[in-house]
Amino acid sequence: MSGFPPLRRIAAGLGAVIVLGVAFAAIFAPLLVPHDPFLQDLNQRMVPPSWMEGGMPAHLFGTDQLGRDYLSRLIYGARISMLIGVMTVITSGLIGITLGVLGGFFGGRVDDVVMFAITCRLSIPLILVALSVVSLIGSSLTVVVFTLGLLLWDRFAVVARTTTMQVRTLDYVSAAWAAGCSRSYILLREVLPNIVHHLIVVATLEMALAILLEAALSFLGLGVPPPLPSWGLMISEAKDYMFFSPWVIMVPGIALFVLVLGINFLGDGLRDLLGATRDA
Amino acid sequence: MTAAPAIEARDVAKIFRQGTGMFSAARHVRAVDGVSFAVPAGGCFGIVGESGCGKSTLARLILGLYPATSGDILVDGRRLADMGRRERARLIQPVFQDPFSSLNPRRRIRDIVGLPLAAQGVGGAEITSRVAAMLERVGLSAEMAGRLPAQLSGGQRQRVAIARALILRPRIVVCDEPTSALDVSVQAQILNLLAELRRDLGLTLLFISHNLAVVEHICDEVAVMYLGRVVEHAETDALFRAPAHPYTRALLASVLTPEPGRGIPDVGLGDTYPDPANIPPGCRFHPRCPIAVDACRTQVPQPRVLSGRTVECLLA
Repeated sequence: MSGFPPLRRIAAGLGAVIVLGVAFAAIFAPLLVPHDPFLQDLNQRMVPPSWMEGGMPAHLFGTDQLGRDYLSRLIYGARISMLIGVMTVITSGLIGITLGVLGGFFGGRVDDVVMFAITCRLSIPLILVALSVVSLIGSSLTVVVFTLGLLLWDRFAVVARTTTMQVRTLDYVSAAWAAGCSRSYILLREVLPNIVHHLIVVATLEMALAILLEAALSFLGLGVPPPLPSWGLMISEAKDYMFFSPWVIMVPGIALFVLVLGINFLGDGLRDLLGATRDA
Repeated sequence: MTAAPAIEARDVAKIFRQGTGMFSAARHVRAVDGVSFAVPAGGCFGIVGESGCGKSTLARLILGLYPATSGDILVDGRRLADMGRRERARLIQPVFQDPFSSLNPRRRIRDIVGLPLAAQGVGGAEITSRVAAMLERVGLSAEMAGRLPAQLSGGQRQRVAIARALILRPRIVVCDEPTSALDVSVQAQILNLLAELRRDLGLTLLFISHNLAVVEHICDEVAVMYLGRVVEHAETDALFRAPAHPYTRALLASVLTPEPGRGIPDVGLGDTYPDPANIPPGCRFHPRCPIAVDACRTQVPQPRVLSGRTVECLLA
């Protein structure tokens, strides 16, 4: 178990702490926030963070252009980010893993269809489709989740397909066939559990990507609609003020950076951990 | 003719299509090309040959893992292709070469050995007691049932694989190189276990190997395969005493001698592997045959029965 060097273990631990911390903040946001994140106070606009000159102890990260408490909005924004990340991964994971496993397991015509679907998906520019869908249907949390979920399944499909192809030729799968097991039993009990550790790593990557894409969409004004406090929307709203009040763009920007970094650290750590215990 | 053979292959062939991409012509790989044999109940039939000669494909055909392209495999006179998966599983079970890949790393020994029972719909309590009994039978303690494959040694894993193969009390066990991934000291234990189980349970064994010493030790009859065909088939004693086919002779000559310093014997076969996608015309062995004559290049040898053996060679 002490296979990989300490630095990577530290990174993995750090990633776990960050992700769990943000998840905790997202779940218990109403209990944690010092102020109502939607409450405007036009007398206290653009208050800098409390450690800066002119800061107020009541507003740790200051306030935005409408006088809303920035820390509270950041914590509620974690909800949006985590929700989008998790829901997108669930949606895209279901699609991608189903397609990939079927293609890899059955091969032949089924695989041709799956490969065609993957190729089609890869030839579609993500942001462009997301933009057009959102501008056609209108933007809401559900639309963003489903748009991203229906677009981000390609990596799941590719990884599930390749690993299934590797696993299905192993002798224990042959032994299960020879034992008279049914096709669905072999798929669900012999193949799937042995590719799950690869898929968990993909899930972390996709989650980070979905969070970044939501931020990008919100920044472009096509993500979740205001006044919902999404980190991307906060960055977008802050860009007009960044020259005189740089913290309004730095606070959500750093939060986004730290969360995505944490998810990637966690994914790397999980890969090492699950890979090492697989058949050591 | 006495009782029907336990297992019989009639002109079995398997052709794989390779490279079915949009822009490349499909290659046809003749992995098994017209193999026939019959094994009496309780017999042990060895199949030997070098890598790529089709012996593992033949094993998979007999296990029903691939459908045969043509020909029939009969068990007790009934076609394997007509049987359901459960019925086939009760008759034939495999022991594979590599005990590291033949056991699912994520399942406990109890579930691995009990899998064939579960597939037959046997209940949980009966599985537990039968698995415990079978583990004892193959020389493992019943407490191993709760372990994962990673916690077992290679020899123990192969015993687990044998326990899984025998739990349904099959009539036939197909052993695909069951000892070649094991240490020499463990090989003998596994071979003795197989021989003992065969005697006690009246198993019919199909023993596939490239290890001639192992085959000589355990088998009654041996078939030598080359590029998908059986080129010589005889009783073990006769084959090892007086090989008739030049390929069999080369195989026997290639066995390492115990004396040190002799190195690997040169058997005159050259360094190239035969390619089952590109089978030579005439006798398929002629490009590597040390005694080939002109006729071998054009004329396909037919199987000929000589004193107690079948040989496919124009010169034998």
